[in-house]
Amino acid sequence: MAKVLLEMNSITKTFPGVKALDNVNLKVEEGEIHALVGENGAGKSTLMNVLSGIYPHGTYEGDIIYDGEVCEFHNIKDSEKKGIVIIHQELALIPYMTIGENMFLGNEQGSKWCIDWNKTYAEADKYLEMVGLTDSSKTLIKDIGTGKQQLVEIAKALAKHAKLLILDEPTSSLNETDSRALLDLMKKLKSEGMTMIIISHKLNEVSYVADKITVVRDGSTIETLDATVDDISETRIIKGMVGREITDRFPKRHDVPIGDVMMEVNNWTVYHPEFSERKVCDDVSINVRAGEVVGIYGLMGAGRTELAMSIFGRSYGIGISGILRLRGERVTLKSPKQAIEAGLAYVTEDRKGNGLVLSNSILRNTTLANLDGVSKGIFIDKDKETEVAQEYVGKLRTKTPSVEQLVGNLSGGNQQKVLLAKWMFANPDVLILDEPTRGIDVGAKYEIYCIINDLAKAGKSVVMISSELPEVIGMSDRIYIMNQAKIVGEMKASDATQENIMACIVGVKDDVPVVKVNADIEGSEA
Amino acid sequence: MGGNKVVNFLRKYMMLIATVIVVIVFYFITGGKTLIPMNIDSLISQNAYVFVLGTGMLLCILTGGNIDLSVGSVICLAGSIGAILMDKRIPWPVAVAVMLFIGLVVGIWHGFWIAYVKVPPFIATLVGMLAFRGLANIIMQGKDVPVENKSFMNFFGGSDSCYIPDFLANVGKPIKLGDVTLNKTCMVFAILLAIGLILFTFINRARLISKGYKVDNIISVIIKTFIIAAVIVWFGYKLACYKGIPTAFVWIALVLAIFAYITTKTTLGRNLYAVGGNEKATRLSGIDTRKVMFSAYTLMGVLAGLAGILVIARGQKASPTIGVGFEMDAIAACFIGGASAYGGTGSIGGVIIGAALMGIINQGMSIADTPVNYQKVVKGVVLILAVLFDVMMQMKRKGAKKAKNVAASEKGGAN
Repeated sequence: MAKVLLEMNSITKTFPGVKALDNVNLKVEEGEIHALVGENGAGKSTLMNVLSGIYPHGTYEGDIIYDGEVCEFHNIKDSEKKGIVIIHQELALIPYMTIGENMFLGNEQGSKWCIDWNKTYAEADKYLEMVGLTDSSKTLIKDIGTGKQQLVEIAKALAKHAKLLILDEPTSSLNETDSRALLDLMKKLKSEGMTMIIISHKLNEVSYVADKITVVRDGSTIETLDATVDDISETRIIKGMVGREITDRFPKRHDVPIGDVMMEVNNWTVYHPEFSERKVCDDVSINVRAGEVVGIYGLMGAGRTELAMSIFGRSYGIGISGILRLRGERVTLKSPKQAIEAGLAYVTEDRKGNGLVLSNSILRNTTLANLDGVSKGIFIDKDKETEVAQEYVGKLRTKTPSVEQLVGNLSGGNQQKVLLAKWMFANPDVLILDEPTRGIDVGAKYEIYCIINDLAKAGKSVVMISSELPEVIGMSDRIYIMNQAKIVGEMKASDATQENIMACIVGVKDDVPVVKVNADIEGSEA
Repeated sequence: MGGNKVVNFLRKYMMLIATVIVVIVFYFITGGKTLIPMNIDSLISQNAYVFVLGTGMLLCILTGGNIDLSVGSVICLAGSIGAILMDKRIPWPVAVAVMLFIGLVVGIWHGFWIAYVKVPPFIATLVGMLAFRGLANIIMQGKDVPVENKSFMNFFGGSDSCYIPDFLANVGKPIKLGDVTLNKTCMVFAILLAIGLILFTFINRARLISKGYKVDNIISVIIKTFIIAAVIVWFGYKLACYKGIPTAFVWIALVLAIFAYITTKTTLGRNLYAVGGNEKATRLSGIDTRKVMFSAYTLMGVLAGLAGILVIARGQKASPTIGVGFEMDAIAACFIGGASAYGGTGSIGGVIIGAALMGIINQGMSIADTPVNYQKVVKGVVLILAVLFDVMMQMKRKGAKKAKNVAASEKGGAN
């Protein structure tokens, strides 16, 4: 049996009035990949913050035994000195600095008074090679994709001589290829003796990479599964996470007939706003009918968001050409305002950045896209507005003490519900949902799926963009597959399997309509 | 939870409490001089411009911490042209209209560059600050222009005529208190206002209850309402003991009331907060964010024009240096009043407290014979303390909220 590198014994962390962690135990052996899974708010991140010293010694109860000695970390520097390095979910890289500068930020090479840039870049290149990144360390961060940025983060951690690497949702913003590459890198690092803890919502990745899986629920550790002896299938893990078995991950569709074509896009081409010769959508044609849920599957960077946003009042891209028809009539939408008036809604994938005003209340966010609906002229009818907000909180079962709660204080799933409420209140005919379940937990996902089904039942047309295959197959009536700015396949959900969808993307299978993927186009980056 | 309540209470009312403490401190330092009727009166008249400019500045700050550096120069420009027009015997209403129009044009000028050409507000208004001051001095040829039009001063408050006349002086017997005669209009108005406030509060509360909304605890509502009513009556009494309601006060009240309404009850107000909170999300919600920015700076311009009117009326002249440094007073009032330097939060109520607190400290120190240079240091320290307190409270509140969310998710399971 390998040596135990880290032991966290009966950790209890109390916030004023609340126990966030209750007697948590975690044991990590040297050279293993240990996964921490649990619903949002279960306490995973709190536990890791205790470990890395973000919550300093003394603010929690219990012991951390690392490498055979009891540790008292007072800040991140203390834990990093011991070789514990945490990579946070949101990448902490500075866009206008080079890879090398970022890697050694706060860890500058050379003497105290003079940074040795030659050494910096030489060292940087060394670590980049270890993570399999071929870009020069003098490249600016803004010029590389998120997948590569994640690798830079890992290289940065290695440069700090990490012995225990903690990755918090490392793949949440990566596409499937990049995710796989990252997971394989983790396996490679493991074979070189690195110990890692990974926090992830993506259970298939957890099953793929982890040696041990610890399930956290409501601030307590529920169980630890060992990949070599236990069943670590997704269903088994979900059972531990929610304390119940989710037999049906996708709710039944209401049996409603699908109507006429509501929105039709033909030969839609969009160019990148900065690199004006790069096509982000290339001759795309799609349509959606009333009461239909159409899935657009594609990896991140395939052009899905760009397609949606360019349709939604040209809010992205330049040189947009193509024909947009709504209810059979050709329309030109030049701004989000016109798009909303024409009956479109775009529910963004980036709810914090593009979707919600976090410093405003649920009430204000709910009515933002349709203030006219609650006002006479320029005067807002506060009572009516409250009624509307409360109605949607009830309808979507948003968990909140009141509609005056600031959206920034809600959990991811509830924020997503507020975002949906906002667009439902705008009363569109066509809703484009971009990654509607990103970063939210299993229970909340199910509720979002129910809402989507209800929308379809009400005769709305739903376009659901997603990079989760089971979700696309489970929820859609019809699926478009998008890759490298083009639609590379279309199929009925009943014909779709994970295999034949992936086949469209790699372009090998013949029995599905595959548009030839242009191999010259550079690897797509988000 | 108890601690959380205290934090919330302090956060909400801290600057108000600080103001009360400052008032009391100065009362004792100056041996009671700060609260004599004359000084209360001059507190309002002297600081009228801070309230008006602070209101406009709040709109700009709400859109994302953007400020307008030009307002002092705009006051000078509008004031100089107005003074010259009146000097040339042009009817005063025309001069007033021209001054407001100048403010409007300046506002549109700034709004255009900032909202549509995307010049950073700091730079666009710095340009205005330099250029409009210069322009004003060219027009005035570097000399003072006196303002002598009586009706203009009656209307906007200058020299002896800066009070609302006592319409009720001849109704009933004059009320004498020692050697002063009480201004009855002022007193009656204050009492009516207090009663109106009480009635409105409780009628509105009843309406909310009947609609089934959550309302505040009845005891706290009663305490709050009666304290405010008492302050109004006390304030009215003090003014009544001197010369009555200062004309400038009416203008301030009007501006504050209109903009309090705009910021809380209209779509424009809502959009200002939304743009400051998350510009991208607001744009994608179908709101023309450029128009919102444009409106903020245009309104700021008009208010600067109005401030110019009040300033030349009170000073009875326009001079090349009027308005120097006024922008800083307005900005400080907003931040002391709790507006966020990143935009999205702040209120007219905050501006009132911020402007009043600054005014009280200024006046208190003058009466206590503090040297002018020391006064500036004190003002600076007050600003950093106010902002510091806000930052600290925000951190505390965030900590408490975070804990609360964890509690909610523990209870709720999957949320």
